[in-house]
Amino acid sequence: MELICPAGTPASFREAVDAGADAVYCGFRDETNARNFPGLNFDLAELRDAMDYARARKVKTFVALNTFMTAGKEDLWYRRAREASEAGADALIVADFGLMAHVAEHHPAQRLHISVQASASNPEAISYLVDCFGAARIVLPRTLTIQDIARIARSVDCELEVFVFGGLCVMAEGRCSLSSYATGKSPNMNGVCSPASHVRYRQAGGDLVSELGGFTINRFSEEEPAGYPTLCKGRFAVGQSATYAFEDPVSLDVMDQLDELRAAGVKALKVEGRQRGKAYISEVVSTLRATLKAAPADRPVLMSRLRKLSEGQQTTKGAYEKRWR
Amino acid sequence: MKSPLKLTLGPLLYLWPTERWRDFYFAIADQSPVDVVVLGETVCSKRLHFMEPEFMAVVERLEAAGKEVRLSTLALVTLDRESKYQRSVAGDEGHLVEANDLSALQMLKGRRHTVGPFVNVYNGPSAKLLARNGAASICLPPELPAASVAEITRSCPGGDFELFAFGRLPLAISARCAHARSKGKTKDNCQFVCQEDPDGLSVATLSNQPFLALNGVQTVSHSCQALLEGPEEWDALGVTSLRLSPQDCDMVAVSALYRKMLDGHLEPAETGSRIRSLYPDVPLSNGFHHGRAGAEWIARQRNTEGASR
Repeated sequence: MELICPAGTPASFREAVDAGADAVYCGFRDETNARNFPGLNFDLAELRDAMDYARARKVKTFVALNTFMTAGKEDLWYRRAREASEAGADALIVADFGLMAHVAEHHPAQRLHISVQASASNPEAISYLVDCFGAARIVLPRTLTIQDIARIARSVDCELEVFVFGGLCVMAEGRCSLSSYATGKSPNMNGVCSPASHVRYRQAGGDLVSELGGFTINRFSEEEPAGYPTLCKGRFAVGQSATYAFEDPVSLDVMDQLDELRAAGVKALKVEGRQRGKAYISEVVSTLRATLKAAPADRPVLMSRLRKLSEGQQTTKGAYEKRWR
Repeated sequence: MKSPLKLTLGPLLYLWPTERWRDFYFAIADQSPVDVVVLGETVCSKRLHFMEPEFMAVVERLEAAGKEVRLSTLALVTLDRESKYQRSVAGDEGHLVEANDLSALQMLKGRRHTVGPFVNVYNGPSAKLLARNGAASICLPPELPAASVAEITRSCPGGDFELFAFGRLPLAISARCAHARSKGKTKDNCQFVCQEDPDGLSVATLSNQPFLALNGVQTVSHSCQALLEGPEEWDALGVTSLRLSPQDCDMVAVSALYRKMLDGHLEPAETGSRIRSLYPDVPLSNGFHHGRAGAEWIARQRNTEGASR
């Protein structure tokens, strides 16, 4: 199985290559990708340099163009697709039908991967994307169990990539407007979720209150460590109780299911985290690479190293495990 | 004069007991001015058996009343039996079927169908692609700002476009059932607890501000989106139909108000205040339409192009 690693900066990109990634994915510095954060991403010259560095080491580069094109401004996405393609991207990761159609028509030789944001969660959905746009690989939404994945793999004519480590969307990706409901900025349209520009912390009666777009997302007593107010990982009042109504502040880690994922027919393992620093990328990628190479008995030690790197040090297998539902 | 703009009653997103579900649609058939009714489960495949016993009776009553009945499909399909259900709905030759996910688009490819608000159509090229696929009408995603709506309709002349004009906003869907979990159950063992909350289960912030509502695996807004404009504004946007999403309030009265507003017989502001009295516990919102946070309410300004801001 291939190891697909994130890079938000040229420095992280080189770290990911050096640490053993089979492919690195990254995006342009604008709203054409779903990690459109200040200080992140690549201009065209940086992208070309990064690709050269990767190519010389036989590592692939995937370019994420995985937001939905703004009506009337499609030319920006088309231009980025052309630039990435001409620079030699090994794949474009796309979510929008209109952009898929454009790539299939204007860059027919370009390998097309379907972003998790497209929400292709079943064999018929995948067949639609293969038939209409020649999709070579689908990044599956984090809504499926490993059994579901195995069943899908048996009945589709394309490669499957799954998230194994890093941030976890609780909602079906590409179909969530929670962030824009509170802030006006969404993953689909703006490439951001729960953006820092709309975050505020304030003191209230000895507690620290975190807000997003004026809505309280969590409230921490002095003893509790305060986390970032990602909307779906917030604490809310439902009925009589204050609770993490959607998901605790956890991150995804299914590296202990490698054999199951391989048996299910998964072609590539994806790591979330383009917003992470280069030290994190280096540590995570090298540890994941070592885990992939290790004999099953040697994996637990490596995986305990990984757990220390996880957000809040708590991890979940998410939807890969049926009980999570 | 009746405007050519249509009113579509979207699928009921909540789980109501069978008799109540039937009686709701009987009342719509007998009293509501809606032109189109989209019928069928959209949120959770576990709920299908609730409407099944009365489904045909409801279809017949609506059609006898002159309503066009369209069939809804599931928004999130992960299981084999969900694909099978999707296929059985898509196979219906007697009605237009509304696609709410990519699997439905695949099954309906090449046949005349409609596209619901759960399919991501953010621009003209996507809309054109779906039209070529057989989409006769597209309900655009609720988060789409008016500027994008105008751009899409301009680039697809002759296409039928619908906006989500009334109802709590469908904001997210998950493999996990937060509704069941909030009542100490899991999705697989849910005992249909979502039935206890016919308008969704309120999620408030820890500052006591109502924020969202749980509807099974779906999360909807606490506020009710209400797009209120006169006939000229809708025409300028290129919209041909408005969607009203059923809530636990007098939907016959709500649809009558929208009909009057579309026909130019009721001012949008007055429509808003009457809607507030029909659905008093839920604030109205329209921020998405104005390119703002969806929870916001942007007051209508006279003599300005509020719709295209």
